[in-house]
Parts: sequence; structure tokens; C-alpha cells
Amino acid sequence: MDSNGHGEFAIETRGLNLWYGDFQALFDVDLKVRRGIITSMIGPSGCGKTTLLRTCNRINERLGYVRTTGSVLVLGHDVFAPEVELVQVRKQVGMVFQRPNPLPISIRDNVLFGFRLHEARTRKVARAEEDEALESALRQVLLWDSVKDRLHHAATALSLEEQQKLCIARLLPVKPEVLLMDEPCSALDPSGTEAVEEMIWKLRGDYTILIVTHNMAQARRASDECVFMLLGKIVEHERTEELFLAPRNAETADYIEGRYG
Amino acid sequence: MTPVPRARLSADTAAMDRRDAAWYVDRIAQWLVFAGGVSAIVFIVGIFVFVTREGLDFVLGSLNLREFFGSIAWRPTSNNPTYGALALIVGTASVTGFAMLMSVPLSLGVALFIAEFATGKTRETLKILVEMLAAIPSVVWGFVGMSIMNPLIIETFDVPVGLNVMNAGLILGLMAAPIMTTIAEDALKAVPDSYREAAEALGATRWEVIWKVVIPASKNGILAAVLLGVGRGFGETMAVLMASGHAINLPTSPFDSVRALTATIAAELGDTVQGGNHWGALFTLGILLFVVTFVINLTADIVVRGIGKE
Repeated sequence: MDSNGHGEFAIETRGLNLWYGDFQALFDVDLKVRRGIITSMIGPSGCGKTTLLRTCNRINERLGYVRTTGSVLVLGHDVFAPEVELVQVRKQVGMVFQRPNPLPISIRDNVLFGFRLHEARTRKVARAEEDEALESALRQVLLWDSVKDRLHHAATALSLEEQQKLCIARLLPVKPEVLLMDEPCSALDPSGTEAVEEMIWKLRGDYTILIVTHNMAQARRASDECVFMLLGKIVEHERTEELFLAPRNAETADYIEGRYG
Repeated sequence: MTPVPRARLSADTAAMDRRDAAWYVDRIAQWLVFAGGVSAIVFIVGIFVFVTREGLDFVLGSLNLREFFGSIAWRPTSNNPTYGALALIVGTASVTGFAMLMSVPLSLGVALFIAEFATGKTRETLKILVEMLAAIPSVVWGFVGMSIMNPLIIETFDVPVGLNVMNAGLILGLMAAPIMTTIAEDALKAVPDSYREAAEALGATRWEVIWKVVIPASKNGILAAVLLGVGRGFGETMAVLMASGHAINLPTSPFDSVRALTATIAAELGDTVQGGNHWGALFTLGILLFVVTFVINLTADIVVRGIGKE
């Protein structure tokens, strides 16, 4: 345990099972995501990697017919515990979606949306403080220079790459510990993918990043640890180099060699 | 390679210009749909031309604009007839205004509940109930106003007359609620779910999602819903005639009786000399109503299409 009251793992699931109605999507998942590094999750479509990701901030529950057993500890707290406030969980755990989903408001308002939600609940936020948070967030995602003159333009008019960077930027002002990313580059072209990957790599160390990807090359070049999932179970969780160079499991080897998926 | 037999070749060529039943059905359907679409334009223009023609003689000949818009003396059958429509205009406006005061919050609340909170059976049942509300004939609403609301208002507020702005406004509010609810719900439903998901993932509560994301994103549709409700209120006749007291009067409180433009036309048109001044004056009221509702509906349409958005 460190001074923040939690150990070396930012996310820890224990015996996590999840059902969508009658369909079981996750089986006894035990995952430990180390703090401060990038962990990628790979596996064929429908293997449960997105489900697992979406359970970490309980955004899955929007569907209404989701049932879970087991526990998910984020920064040492079980997010399913009755006393846990969802709003606080989501303040600690930011999420980036497959398709960039900026809100239909200005760039500035987008970046400050979460900040205003969380800060304005307890106190009055000065304009200067907002400006500072805005600039720092946009600088961290390497977007400041290209949008600084049009902060009041609609965010939906940006290119997809810029939109996705913006969606990451709006998480930062509330100072989350963990960033969950659900195939953040799947809607982008190769150069956009490269730019966003580069940016994610820069956030490494400041945040714990758990990233779902379909793209094995991306997992390989842009993560420290890699989790291979199959049919709702974790097959292998290793340091990325080792998983790709010397997979212990035959299924992993088949998948990374492209025999299925 | 097998040679193609001659007979089959010619048969194929013949088939190229064959018009079978499906071709004719398609053609006929196309024309019917086109005629249907055009008829809407023909009818609206036709009605406008008719109403204008009947009222034109009066407008050009005997209409005194200052009297029409400035005086409350609507005495078409007196020996020295005057046609002051101010009380009627104010009557319609006050009843519609009161109706909207009641109905806008109610309808938007119902729409929000149906679109954002209710699920499954509750949702379907509510939608059906709201639509059923729209199917109640206006004369039945008028009857409710006369026989239920009237004594209720007299008793509750200790006033001498229960057929007044409040009564007609409440009835009209309920009548306008279904259209407002339905249109507002459509607008809320049209907000992409990704917006809600984004806001929720950022830690917004359900209410914050609705207040800060869903409503701003659907404000055009909601405004259009309100405008259509206003249009509905403006044009309603029978219920207002029965519930408003039908007394020419400038109201100073919700408990005053008033008379509406529409109700005046409905009540008086049957007793007038066709082509006379009174006839023409009533049609002039009709032109006024037509123009106002047309402008309201057009505005609603423009708003919902988002013209003038940024």
C-alpha cells in the first residue's frame, strides 16, 4: 500500500462473472492491472474484452439487463459495494469510446464538461482556473496548438482524429487515475491512429491505461502488458514482449499468428 | 461452346419491352402518391383563397382597422354595427396563454419520463394513453369543462362563474398536451445515445445528463413541440366555446369569462346574411386565425429543421 491507500494494482477483478440476460459473457475473470503502465487487451470479436472494460466503470449497467457476480476493485475499492458512489468511480476512471463522441457543444465546453460537473458540485470555479485546466488538458493530448484559436467552435466539426483526442482531453481536468480505452483508434485512418497512439504513449506514467484493441500490432507497439482473452476468459496475461515472442498458451500463439480472429 | 438456339434468343429480346402487371401497379402507385402529395398543397391554397375571398369585400370596404384591433365593441347585430375584435383576440390569447402555462411543463415532464426514464411496458402504456388523450372529441372536452370543471372552480375558488379563462385554459392545456408530448418525446429520442453515454462516463448523474446534454441537444424539437401546442390551442373551437363563458370581455384575472375568435365564428356564422358585413367580418376573423396559425406552424417547421441554427 502506498500513500494513496492502494497498492500496485489500479484495477483488480476477482471471480468476475457477467451475464447479458441469459448469455454469460465473462467467466471467473481475475485480472490485475498494474498502476502507471499501459495494459492492452486483445482477442477475437465477442471474447468479452470490451465487456470487461465497460465493467470497470459500471457503464455496462446502462443496458439494464446486465448481471454480475464477483468483485471489481478500482484503486482498492469494490465498485459494486453499496456505499460506493458511481459518480466518484467515474471521476477516478475516465473512458474513451470506439467512436469519438464529443458532445454537441463547443470545444471548450467539451473539455470542461466533466471538470464543471465535479468541481462545481462543491465550489465556485473561477474562469481563470477553467482556462488553465483547458489549456493543460489540450496540451497533454497535443491538440492545443491546432484548436487554440477556435475554442468556441463546435467540437463536432473537428476531424475524427481531433475528436478522439478531444474525448481524451476532456477526461484529464478531473484528474482520473485510470483511463479505459475501447478501441480508441478503430474509427481513425492510419495517420490518425499513429498520432493518437503517440499521444497515449505520452500519457503513460501519469495514468493507468487499460486499452482494448483489435489491432495486434497496436497492442505490441503501444503497451507494456498484454491480456489475451477468449470466450469470456483470460487466457494469458504477460508482459507484451513475452506474450508476443513466447506465448505460453497454444490458443494465444494461434491468435497472434493470425490463425483465427 | 454451345451455340445459342435461335428461338431462345428472340424470346429474350421480346421480353425486354414487356410491361407486366407489376409495371402498371408501380406506375399507378406513383401517380396516386404524387396526387396525394399535391392535394395537400391544393387544399391549403384553396382554403386560404376561399376564406380570403369571402372576407375580402369586408376588409377592403367596411373594415376599420383601428376599430377592429382597438375596440372591444363586437356588436354585429346592432342597428349601428361595430366590429371591434380586441376582446376576442385577447380572449383567445389569454386562454391559449393559460393553457400553455399548464400544459408546457406537464407535457415536457411526461415526454421526459417516457423518453428517458420509463422502460418496457410502462413506456408503451403511457404512450398509448397519451395518444388516446388526443382522440377525445373536443365537444366531450367542452362537456367536461361545463359539467365537471365549472362547479369545481366555483367551489374551490369561491367565484360566481366557473366558465372562464381558467376553465377553458385547463381544458385546452389537456387537449394540447398529446401533440406536445409526442413531438417533444420524438425530439428527446432523436438525441444520439452516445451523448448520454459520454456524459455518464464523465460522471454525470441521470439528471445532469438530461439537463446538460439531452435537453440542450433537443431544444429545437422541444421548441417546435411547444409551438405546435400553441397552434393547436389557437385553433380549438368547440371546447373553448363551451368552457370559456363566451362573454365579450377583457379579462383581468383567470376567473373572468372571455370569448375566443374561433368560438365567435362558430356561434355566429349560421345566423348571418351570406355576403353581408357580419359575414365578411367573421371571415376576417378567419383570415386572422389562419395567418396566425400558419405563421406558428411554419415557425415550428423551420425550428425543427434547424434553420437559423448557428
